[in-house]
Amino acid sequence: MLNVSDATIRPASTGETGQAVPGQWFRVRARLSRRARILLAFASILLPLGLWSAVSYVPFIWHPDMLISDPGDVDYFQPGMRVDKAMFASEIANAKTGGTAPPVGTAANPVYLPAPGDVLMAFYTSFTTPPMDQNGLWLHQSLWRSIQTIFWGFVISSIIGVPLGILCGANSAFSRLIEPFVEFFRYLPAPAFSTLAVAVLGIYAGPKIAIIVIGTLFQQILIIANTTRKADFSLVEAALTLGTKNLRLLTKVVIPSVLPDLYRDQRVLLGWAWTYLIVAELVGATSGISLFITQQSRYQHFANVYAAIAMIGILGLGTDLILAALARKLFPWDRAAA
Amino acid sequence: MTQLPMQDPSYLDQSDAVRERLDRLKARDVILRVDRLTKRFQAGKNEITALDEISFETHRREFLCIIGPSGCGKSTLIRILAGLETLSDGQVLLDNRPVNGPGRERGMVFQGYTLFPWLTVRKNVMFGLRMNNVSRFDAQKQANEWLNLIGLEQFADCYPHQLSGGMKQRVAIARALVNHPRILLMDEPFSALDAQTRAKMQAYLLEIWKKIDITVIFITHDLDEAIFLADRILVLSAHPGRLQELIEVPMERPRKPEHFLSPEFAATKARLEALIHPPTEDTEEESYPSVPLLTDVRDSVE
Ligand SMILES: Nc1ncnc2c1ncn2[C@@H]1O[C@H](COP(=O)(O)OP(=O)(O)O)[C@@H](O)[C@H]1O
Ligand SMILES: [Mg+2]
Repeated sequence: MLNVSDATIRPASTGETGQAVPGQWFRVRARLSRRARILLAFASILLPLGLWSAVSYVPFIWHPDMLISDPGDVDYFQPGMRVDKAMFASEIANAKTGGTAPPVGTAANPVYLPAPGDVLMAFYTSFTTPPMDQNGLWLHQSLWRSIQTIFWGFVISSIIGVPLGILCGANSAFSRLIEPFVEFFRYLPAPAFSTLAVAVLGIYAGPKIAIIVIGTLFQQILIIANTTRKADFSLVEAALTLGTKNLRLLTKVVIPSVLPDLYRDQRVLLGWAWTYLIVAELVGATSGISLFITQQSRYQHFANVYAAIAMIGILGLGTDLILAALARKLFPWDRAAA
Repeated sequence: MTQLPMQDPSYLDQSDAVRERLDRLKARDVILRVDRLTKRFQAGKNEITALDEISFETHRREFLCIIGPSGCGKSTLIRILAGLETLSDGQVLLDNRPVNGPGRERGMVFQGYTLFPWLTVRKNVMFGLRMNNVSRFDAQKQANEWLNLIGLEQFADCYPHQLSGGMKQRVAIARALVNHPRILLMDEPFSALDAQTRAKMQAYLLEIWKKIDITVIFITHDLDEAIFLADRILVLSAHPGRLQELIEVPMERPRKPEHFLSPEFAATKARLEALIHPPTEDTEEESYPSVPLLTDVRDSVE
């Protein structure tokens, strides 16, 4: 069996290296216990959720509206209608002085802030609710459309952007030729190209994928180029003295040495692509999760809207976590990933 | 500085055994000839001469050390020999052919190890062979032989970050030597190691050098290390880097730690010290201001 003496195995470096400094309440990069890390991660999710629940379920926090349960004799009130508290109070006063039946209602939040419970329910019900029009799509079909748009947009962008970025980062001539143009282009907002994209690519998947490509590609070239430029040149020199020549320096030294960093870049860029999704799907014929969101908000089903937005977040975060776990398998030598 | 008694040998006195060995060395072919090598760097508007007309030769299987004060151009010189840096004037001939760019016939070991972190130890050693189109099978076989030789066969499948500094440098030496270079260039390879590991590595390097047909050019700023390792020591001076003297080390081989106490060692070291730290040393950069007393006078620590 392999006998690796403990003196030779160094602990993988984590970002948190500072030792405990007693007597200070603010410690720079102090190491946390595993328990504390888990607790803080939960708190990061639970604190905003708790705040939202408090606003939704504790009647005296906020609740600026009244939800009418019985309109009484007020002719423009209807059951299920939300009115301003001030207006409700003045109608009660009117009823008292006029001797008519007063309206009855409960304090409520505006329609655009559904309670967490409603949103949680919507996660289930929005999948079981049939599409509104006959040839409409179920939610899972819409989501699948969106995932495909992201996937193809990101793949096409990467097929062009990653090799180009690596070339720019490794070779000064390429860098000078390509990067000034890209620098200029990356400031142009992707949605500005939507009409052009529709004119060229029609109204279906084409222009949507194009917007994601435009939104991602130019950043991608520059980020990948920068990462490649950070390749440790002394490794290139070592390879040179071992007789490595020309393109093999790129494929056998530069690329492997920055591969974990390129992979991290790609994860960040994929997140970027997700943020372009809604804009992209509104181009041409609205489709995917955006179609679902616009339809639901038109009917004021905001619980469904929130659920759909949360689904995008969950899909994005989920993919990223899977990719992060994969990185630890793919790059066992990379201590930054450990 | 210690007073040397009059009867102590000069660094120029050589015992018969040493003279005979050095004569044998000089009878071998010249493997590397450096001829009036000059290197100028452009620093902004003005030009710095880092190396000024350096000329020397090394013979096959020689162990040549280069020493000099920091900034005298040792690294620049060895990088030019390796082909990693261009020269401004003069020429470098290896086996009578001018050196032009890096090549496998000049292996190099760097101070910072420069092992490929994504490759296992074995694959690091195989790297040069694979780049020179040796089949995977043969490369693996030769790498395994070298890993045996440096005693790291059980670490073959580890990654470099799992090794200690001394182990890493052994792998780097094996990685360079498995490629069958004519000459091995080493730029302060042991200066990042602790004293104990360094002593072991020095002895080990001599052991390897003795057993294979290799010429070593070894840069160091450690005088003891240079005397312990070298057949001859090339002393450079700074600003600009000039060749001061080529000293033949008057010490017998095999070298042993006891040799550090011998009179020949003391004489050589005294000479090197005189060359590198000349007596007229009151230059601006070397003198630090004296510190005023900031504590109670009676509370002395000396
Ligand atoms: N790329 C460079 N550009 C400008 N000056 C350099 C460069 N490399 C080295 N030098 C200068 O050349 C001199 C020799 O440097 P170096 O060879 O690293 O010295 P040493 O290895 O002996 O400490 C130094 O004065 C340094 O400032
Ligand atoms: Mg140096």
